Amino acid sequence: MKKSIVFVAAALSTLTLSAAPASGKTLVFCSEASPENFTPAVNIMVVSFDAARPVYDRLTRFERGTTRVVPGLAESWQVGDGGKTLTFKLRRGVKFHSGVNNFKPTREFNADDVLFSFERQWKPDHPYAKVSGGKYDYFGDMDMPKLLEAIEKVDAYTVRMKLKEPNAPMLANLAMDFASIHSAEYAAFLEKAGKKEQFDQVPVGTGAFSFVTYQKDAVIRYKANRDYWGEKALVDDLVYAITPDPTARYSKLKTGECHFMTAPRPADLQEMRNDPMLQLVSQPGLNISYLAFNVQKPPFDKKAVLQAFNMAIDKAAIIRDVYLGTGTAAKNLIPPTLWSYNDAVKDYPYDPEKAKALLKAAGVTTPLEIDLWYLPIGRRTIPNPKRMAEMMQADLAKVGVHAKLVTYELGEYRKRAQQGEHLTVQFAWIGDNGDPDNFFFLRGCAAARPGGQNLSKWCNKEFDDRLNRAKTLSDASARARLYGEMQVIENEEAPDFKIAHSVDYDAMRKGVTGFRQSPFGIHEFNGVDVK
Amino acid sequence: MFKYFLKRIALTVPTFVALMFITFAAIRLVPGDPVEVRVGERGISPERLAYFRHELGLDQPVWKQFLDYMWQLLHGDFGTSFVTNQKVLTEFLALFPATLELGLCAMLFAALIGVPAGALAAVKRGSWYDQALMALSVTGYSMPIFWWGLLLIMVVSEGWGLTPVSGRIDLIRYYFEPVTGFMLIDALLSDQKAAFLDALHHLVLPAIVLGTIPLAVIARMTRSSMLEVLNEDYVRTARAKGLPPSQVIGVHALRNALVPVVTVIGLQVGTLMAGAVLTETIFSWPGVGKWLIESIGRRDYPSLQGGVMLISTLIILVNLGVDVLYGIINPRIRHGG
Repeated sequence: MKKSIVFVAAALSTLTLSAAPASGKTLVFCSEASPENFTPAVNIMVVSFDAARPVYDRLTRFERGTTRVVPGLAESWQVGDGGKTLTFKLRRGVKFHSGVNNFKPTREFNADDVLFSFERQWKPDHPYAKVSGGKYDYFGDMDMPKLLEAIEKVDAYTVRMKLKEPNAPMLANLAMDFASIHSAEYAAFLEKAGKKEQFDQVPVGTGAFSFVTYQKDAVIRYKANRDYWGEKALVDDLVYAITPDPTARYSKLKTGECHFMTAPRPADLQEMRNDPMLQLVSQPGLNISYLAFNVQKPPFDKKAVLQAFNMAIDKAAIIRDVYLGTGTAAKNLIPPTLWSYNDAVKDYPYDPEKAKALLKAAGVTTPLEIDLWYLPIGRRTIPNPKRMAEMMQADLAKVGVHAKLVTYELGEYRKRAQQGEHLTVQFAWIGDNGDPDNFFFLRGCAAARPGGQNLSKWCNKEFDDRLNRAKTLSDASARARLYGEMQVIENEEAPDFKIAHSVDYDAMRKGVTGFRQSPFGIHEFNGVDVK
Repeated sequence: MFKYFLKRIALTVPTFVALMFITFAAIRLVPGDPVEVRVGERGISPERLAYFRHELGLDQPVWKQFLDYMWQLLHGDFGTSFVTNQKVLTEFLALFPATLELGLCAMLFAALIGVPAGALAAVKRGSWYDQALMALSVTGYSMPIFWWGLLLIMVVSEGWGLTPVSGRIDLIRYYFEPVTGFMLIDALLSDQKAAFLDALHHLVLPAIVLGTIPLAVIARMTRSSMLEVLNEDYVRTARAKGLPPSQVIGVHALRNALVPVVTVIGLQVGTLMAGAVLTETIFSWPGVGKWLIESIGRRDYPSLQGGVMLISTLIILVNLGVDVLYGIINPRIRHGG
């Protein structure tokens, strides 16, 4: 028996030794799942955006690792007509990838590509509108059809965007993945060949890497675009090894089968920190989880009750036991990584005695019966919704509040919560464009209508005026001031109990340098090197 | 035999109809609308929800959806995935070779070890070897695949560094376009000859994990079938003729004992498919098992329905094939029909 083990071991190690030597520098990223396809405009999953990122650029972009909007394919822009016109000067000399899917571009990037990329999502009669199902979720969700008046080509390198109303977050919207710029010439090339459906499967862009091949559930390969106009790729080949199981990703990272992995299991974090071969990076993601109180229903129409609930729940215990170190306690609606975060705001302390007193002062008779809705499935933003709800239930019981736990299937849950059927509801939000407006609208009056996303159904004039004013200003510091004030108002009025900003983790081998974590949770590999 | 064969084929028709109905109904009984599940917490406006439900035909009455689906299937159209907008058949054909390669290797592993081990246990009935093998086979049969896979990865891959953790090939060293979808064959066809050994190397652990349950079943089946056969008159006759024991056991006994074993191997195809779902997930193996699981999560009705139909068809075909093999191994059945 022993002999045979030795024999198998010897045979296996021979297999390892007989492999061919490597050529060029390759970076292997152990990613979570297969992309839907390679056109972000028709996609909704972060893994799909990750897969398209290496290939495409956008008019504006987020500086790597930040939410700061900087020039991308648009070299500069001018805001005119009181914020209603945006005129973009396009970068010259930008080349589309050549040779992908037998496509050889005959011209450089210009205004036609910009028009193509937006009109496909905007105009239902566009020749590509229906390709790949035609669901342009983000274009719709970011209110682009409501905001856009016209997109015009002034000349080959100037594009003018007219808006129906001033909208400061627009520049950030344009840096989002759905606004990736595609080649109009490639689209025409495929249309002529009768292969329009390949447009979203075999991507051609201007990005730091060009697409090589994709095998579903196995691998995506890219190679460095040596003609890239921006921050160049430092490796020759980029490989996404699709590895859905986090334990398998970690094993592959340890054995060197991949250099970089995303989304480790919370239970593995400590071991990763202690491993001298690995480096672990983290930062609070652009997200917030909260328990919203329906202020249109008694007793939550009283400020004292809202404040009492904020003091009755032990946030630190939830962070410790539910997030297992993958969350930081939240005191504002926006995470600390986002500009305009007001660190001067003081969170409510955990103080059941004071909570009890406040409830009594507000005339609430205990025991008070309420419902507490918890999400049916766990996500990164709320890893274990039921456990969290049970902890809240136990804390509330201590101040004389009997919370009945309620849940529905996710779609139903959201629909009912948006209608305002609940008294208290657990929910989370993940930011899209790194603009504070993208968080604060969650407590705006417009979203408080039945069916709207303001689950507190809270409409405060002081808050809402500032929210609407901030949207029309193009001066960032003036906007930051307004958002800072809004955080104070919201803290005082307490229409929700803010729980946590979940923390995004990425782990990599020691030799990987130059990676900067994105607050959006997406991964960019230009400027990343591997030794 | 021919009549028997025809009867078996005729019997598959109601099986297919039932299958179509069950796959169609089962996924619809799972709560969650495909459009709503897709957008998740982000939500979707009622107008857009209605529009996309209409586009996907989900606003039709369920009976009509079922008839449309049957009509599609009869025309060989398995539909288009809600998630990737690719044809279900295209996706299946791209992924299936990986599952087949893994399944065949697992079966090969199970049969090559299980048959001789079981036969030996029968011959040495009651010995310590027999008892140990039977105990091991119970353990193997009860092994939760998920646990077993992770354990092997931890010990063999991480601990001893003998095999890769997951995947089908070393992605840094080798790159070739798939021709057949079978990594072993594609590696041989490529100009990187060492890739074949690497692909084989990647297959070792998943094949062992997936093959463990069939191995246990085959070993037990071979043993009991052999025990029966060893008491038959013809075996006694063969012994009495003075044939050497190797020939008596190898030719006279084993060949006859294999008949039920072949059936069991055929039936194990279903077990293999179920096991492939887990094995593929643990080893990041890009096969149809993992794909089906994801389709359930995403409420991708066409992928799930089409995938289950295609796999069921294969299992039915394999069972038909086993019936034919039966006849070849056992002339009594061939002539009896």
